[in-house]
Amino acid sequence: MDRRKFLRSLALTGAAAVGGTVAIKEDGKMGILTQSVNAQTKRRAAANYDLVAVLGGEPEAMFLKAIAEMGGMGKFIKKGDKVVVKPNIGWDKTPELAANTNPKLVSAVIKECFKAGAKEVVVFDHTCDDWRKAYANSGIEAAAKAAGAKVVPAHQESYYRQVSLPNGKSLKSTKIHEAIVNCDKWINIPVLKNHGGAQMTIAMKNYMGIVWDRGFFHANDLQQCIADVCTYAKRPVLNIVDAYRLMKTSGPRGRSAADVVLTKGLFLSQDIVAVDTAAVNFFSQVRDMPLNKVTHISKAQDHKLGIMDLSKLKVRRVRV
Amino acid sequence: MLKKTRVVVSLILFVLITLYFLDFAELLPLKLSFLADIQFLPALLSLNALILIALVVLTFVFGRVYCSSICPMGVYQDVVAWLSKKVPKKLRKKRRRYTYSREKTVLRWMVFGATLIAFLFGFTFLVGLLDPYGAYGRMVTHIFRPAYLAGNNVQQSIFTSFDNYTFYKVGIYGLGVFSLAVALITMLSIGFLAWKNGRTFCNTICPVGTTLGFFSKFSIFKIRFVESDCNLCGLCAMNCKASCIDSKRMKVDYSRCVNCFNCIEVCNRSAMKYTPVLFGKKTAIGEKLQDEDPKPTETVKVDDSKRRFLYATAVTTVAATSMIAQKTTGVALRKEIKRENPIAPPGALSVKNLSEKCISCHLCVSKCPSHVIKPAFLEYGLSGMMQPRMYFDHGFCNYDCTICTDVCPTEALVPLSKKDKHHTQIGKVQFILENCIVYYDETSCGACSEHCPTQAVSMVPYKGSLTIPHTETDICVGCGGCEYVCPAIPYKAIYVEGVSEHNELVFEHEEQQEIEEIDFGF
Repeated sequence: MDRRKFLRSLALTGAAAVGGTVAIKEDGKMGILTQSVNAQTKRRAAANYDLVAVLGGEPEAMFLKAIAEMGGMGKFIKKGDKVVVKPNIGWDKTPELAANTNPKLVSAVIKECFKAGAKEVVVFDHTCDDWRKAYANSGIEAAAKAAGAKVVPAHQESYYRQVSLPNGKSLKSTKIHEAIVNCDKWINIPVLKNHGGAQMTIAMKNYMGIVWDRGFFHANDLQQCIADVCTYAKRPVLNIVDAYRLMKTSGPRGRSAADVVLTKGLFLSQDIVAVDTAAVNFFSQVRDMPLNKVTHISKAQDHKLGIMDLSKLKVRRVRV
Repeated sequence: MLKKTRVVVSLILFVLITLYFLDFAELLPLKLSFLADIQFLPALLSLNALILIALVVLTFVFGRVYCSSICPMGVYQDVVAWLSKKVPKKLRKKRRRYTYSREKTVLRWMVFGATLIAFLFGFTFLVGLLDPYGAYGRMVTHIFRPAYLAGNNVQQSIFTSFDNYTFYKVGIYGLGVFSLAVALITMLSIGFLAWKNGRTFCNTICPVGTTLGFFSKFSIFKIRFVESDCNLCGLCAMNCKASCIDSKRMKVDYSRCVNCFNCIEVCNRSAMKYTPVLFGKKTAIGEKLQDEDPKPTETVKVDDSKRRFLYATAVTTVAATSMIAQKTTGVALRKEIKRENPIAPPGALSVKNLSEKCISCHLCVSKCPSHVIKPAFLEYGLSGMMQPRMYFDHGFCNYDCTICTDVCPTEALVPLSKKDKHHTQIGKVQFILENCIVYYDETSCGACSEHCPTQAVSMVPYKGSLTIPHTETDICVGCGGCEYVCPAIPYKAIYVEGVSEHNELVFEHEEQQEIEEIDFGF
């Protein structure tokens, strides 16, 4: 904490306070720039497959297999990157109840990011239950810290920054956590669950943990808003769906272990629409869930965020 | 030596109990709640015989050391009185010294009697208002705590600007105008009395002081004059913050002496001693001290401020009463929520139990991590003013959290295990279809069901792929998750209605499903 850093932070705070509106406008322009650079075809060319599905192992083993099949974490994280890993930490529940992403998976992802040269890895979620209890009892805070990540709070509006979503239909702008706004890359690690309102909560629905005002989503066509928020210019470089345990009923919170099934699956893709589609199909084996009921997925396809027709994609299926 | 010991012990207990109220991050061990348990009135209300006997025995042996060291309100007054002595001489109008005054026996016992009668007739408010621990708890909760939280937030913003997340921002929410006003008036009026005359509150109003004062008359250890060594200089009386030493007659009024030992410390001739006094000795008990009234003007003054205190309390009560929330006019077709019964916190058992036992120390209010427990205004009626009730405007009751029941010193909230709490219904969910987004916008929502820990609110098929809330009040715990999160405006579509008696819930047991073989599915 040298003097220069201190002065810089002071200056930054001052600048932010004075020119808040200007900063937001610039953000928007920057967003459009990054969007064109990160065009999907370009991004996907890097990976070996469009989608990797792994079955039958422990969370770490399945992830390591999947990322190896994809060509290694180095394809997505570059040296010196500031990375955000965004699990689902919504609830004050233990890992066995599958309301949150498996901490072992989170830990494995963080370690791979560091191996690929990440400068720092930040973990957070805008929780539904008391954030301190959720962070602690999910096991994610401890696992992430042990893996070397920084775990930051997300329970106050002041941690969020206004961003515009020019392509959104119902959601034209929203406040997104500054960790995401400021990072170089982010990785989306949802857990596979049934959801009373949105039908399913997977990778796209996990975006609701990076925004401040979820009430607006619920009040203004939830399914459309979920698809809209995914148009935010900075896309996750990877979506990793934790289906080690899935919550088949009473989601997204669940009541007891009776809502949970041990399925030992994992899905990994850069295409958020494809990965959610694959995960719904997988879920349907446990409990019937027609894709057309999970309408945010097709709405995201309309936004050209990805492809639902898995037969058009290069898919790798592995068992470990 | 005696004084130093007293000061050290008092400060340690005072700082610890204050920090315990302030500690939002749960850094201090939960066990420190014993500091609240050992307070006199909480021990009495929770019928904690062990502590009660210990306190009475303590008083019978050593006098009112409880008032000196254990009671945080007592120490607060000592701190104020000490500060009043630190004002530079130039700024003082007159020299700060105490003088002996006669005991206000009638006022003392009238306040005590009124409090007791009010309590017996179920009007707990007065007990809560005057109990020194409860009153101090409210001061910390409503005045010190917001300042402490604000300090934390300043610290947090500095640390976070350096990318250090040791501290996190905390929400500072208003807890109700009435309780804040009561806390402020308590702090200012008792502080004023302490600044002027030391322990006036303890020796005229405090019902606990009156009770212990009665016992301490018979205590074994007492401060007494060594008549042969005393030169009647009067230093002891000038330093007696309880105004209970009549130095001219070498008498101490033991019903008011709180054993601060200032007199012993200050006496140049060691003419005051704290020694066991055997019953029947002349110096001991029940000396008539009323023959002479040395300073009648002083007495009038003291009475005046007392009166002001009571007037001010009465005036705010009336003023606050007239400030009941205005009614807003509604959007056509949407229904306004009218909660008929307040929701008593978990462990209250019933509104009746809560109202009889709670002295409104607001420890549960301070400790609730979800910010859902707040002091009531008139929801419980006049007697229940300032007692805790659940409000879901800044959060909802965490399903697995039992901290309010763990910390309550009076058993107004009885301790609940996690499992007990899961089976306790504090309120019942109510659904208003007309206000629901799924009904009037025909879009997905499900926020209520999402938060429901027991699926008392579940989403059932509606039009097309839509699902709509369905409630089962029989399995609702009343946590308020649904009400807090419901995004419908201006009126929520779902809320929790209080129950006057908490109910026990029964759930059907469900087996965990095992999947034998699973494929990719695509």
